Amino acid sequence: MRKGAPLGARLKRAASNIGFGFAVFVIVSPAILVMLWMLSLSLKNEVDNLAFPPVFIPNPPTLANFLDVFEKNSFDLYFMNSLIVSGVSTLVAILVGVPAGYGIAKAQAHKIAVLTLIARITPGLSYLIPLYILFQWIGLTGTVWPIVITHLVLTVPIFIYVMIGFFESQPPDLEEAALIDGCTLWQAFRYVALPLARPGIVVGAILSIIFSWNNFIFGAVLGGRTTRTLPVAVFNMLTFEQLAWGPLAAAALLVTAPVLILTLFIQKEIVGGLTAGGVKGG
Amino acid sequence: MTQAALGEKTSSADAVTAQKPGFNRNYLPFAYPALAITAAVIVFPWLFTIYMSFYDWKIGQAREFVGFANFTKLATDARFIESIGHTLYFTALAVILPVIFGTIAALLFNERFPLRGLFRAIFILPMMATPVAVALVWTMMFHPQLGVLNYLLSLVGIPPQLWVYSPATVIPSLVAVEVWHWTPLVMLIVLGGLASVPVEPYESAKIDGASAWQMFRHITLPLIMPFILVAIVIRMIDALKAFDTIFVITSGGPGTASETINIYLYLQAFSFYNIGYASAVTIVFFILIIVLTLVLLYLRQKAKWT
Repeated sequence: MRKGAPLGARLKRAASNIGFGFAVFVIVSPAILVMLWMLSLSLKNEVDNLAFPPVFIPNPPTLANFLDVFEKNSFDLYFMNSLIVSGVSTLVAILVGVPAGYGIAKAQAHKIAVLTLIARITPGLSYLIPLYILFQWIGLTGTVWPIVITHLVLTVPIFIYVMIGFFESQPPDLEEAALIDGCTLWQAFRYVALPLARPGIVVGAILSIIFSWNNFIFGAVLGGRTTRTLPVAVFNMLTFEQLAWGPLAAAALLVTAPVLILTLFIQKEIVGGLTAGGVKGG
Repeated sequence: MTQAALGEKTSSADAVTAQKPGFNRNYLPFAYPALAITAAVIVFPWLFTIYMSFYDWKIGQAREFVGFANFTKLATDARFIESIGHTLYFTALAVILPVIFGTIAALLFNERFPLRGLFRAIFILPMMATPVAVALVWTMMFHPQLGVLNYLLSLVGIPPQLWVYSPATVIPSLVAVEVWHWTPLVMLIVLGGLASVPVEPYESAKIDGASAWQMFRHITLPLIMPFILVAIVIRMIDALKAFDTIFVITSGGPGTASETINIYLYLQAFSFYNIGYASAVTIVFFILIIVLTLVLLYLRQKAKWT
């Protein structure tokens, strides 16, 4: 009896471990399978891609689809557009968002924080109609700037949201000491709080870049032939090359790969709850 | 010069004394640049939308004040009313399924197991992936003749489906993409809740001989319910606003079978250029989102009281 019980318990434990492992496998498999299928499509030639039953392992793998994407489209131009849009809109968000996050956290101005929440609720399209008219009036259409400006709708609230959370979690002792020593509020922010804020700024900036990079609708409406961003360019490929699955998948992979890599960098912060309030663009 | 410095000094000394009990307006100027940008790109569009909704306004043509005519026209616009139905159908499924799967996933990821961090990182990737890229891959997977989904179904003996190519299955198919995309967000929110659950109730429940299900049902679930409700609210707002995947995969088709309010809004504004009418759609849409959100928050309050 005394010997049998641990064995039975061990068997039961092993069975439940296997069951648990299986459950984990099931729950992550959709994510893995779709990503792998994208990779598989991008590395196969056209015959294998349109074969039925489908070919799963590219044999031999080919980079022709990626070359095709760069040859047939101004992919480098769209890449630059996306880089400018995400980069500038995030830079502006950092410039105004760090002090704003600091001010709102210190002043405990929760009413202002509610404003960012309402901005979160509003559908992206509803900003687009009035701004579209405005850009026509002031003659900005045909450049990349309308897209940059509309992306501020995404980047500024996300960034401020992250910074409020960051500054609220920081102990106020150092700045209080600086204030007692005669610093102005601005000096206490500039020389005490700001240098310590780098981790928060990095996370906020990466999230802001990701949501700007991923955004489709603003670029779709405001982007012209030479000013469109990557997601819009990829969507256009879909409408023109219905069954060129290899290049399509290659383009999709090229667009989303930088984002997935960045995500892995701040994975800990995302899980740690910086997004618990539901940071999401659009 | 000295006076100015002195003045500054006293005001910062005030700041120190005023700092402890909450609100301190001396810090508000830090937010002014951000507020200026917010006013320009967020508040201005709201106000301008209200203004436009009272006009019969087509891009490139003269506009005419029509009062509430756009709104009364909406009330009898069959295509708009149909789109509300599609939106609610899509939203119901796209809230319930991710919340169930996300909660299960959170319970799994709350346990300790080898390579947990790696699996968790993989699990949240869909949430950050570019929606257009993902939609593209799903479009290829949904293909009725060559798609991999029909092949997988054939392996288990299920006949091929038309997926997004049939009015009957288009919305559930689009929901599948949405579930794939956003279950991780629900998982993260609920996981945050699980982290705050104390261990003591479980210890005493174990001593009393409670089963795992009983412990989940009577201890875990009530404790994480507030977080699940937050997830439901966020999911509902996002599902109502869903655009990218629907637009890329079906553009509202076949016919108008998957035309949600947001897609209809896009078509009115940027295909038909009826700016005034589209503004009215925006306002009704916004009110719908706010009302549904408030209803959920009210139910949450009510659940708290009882």
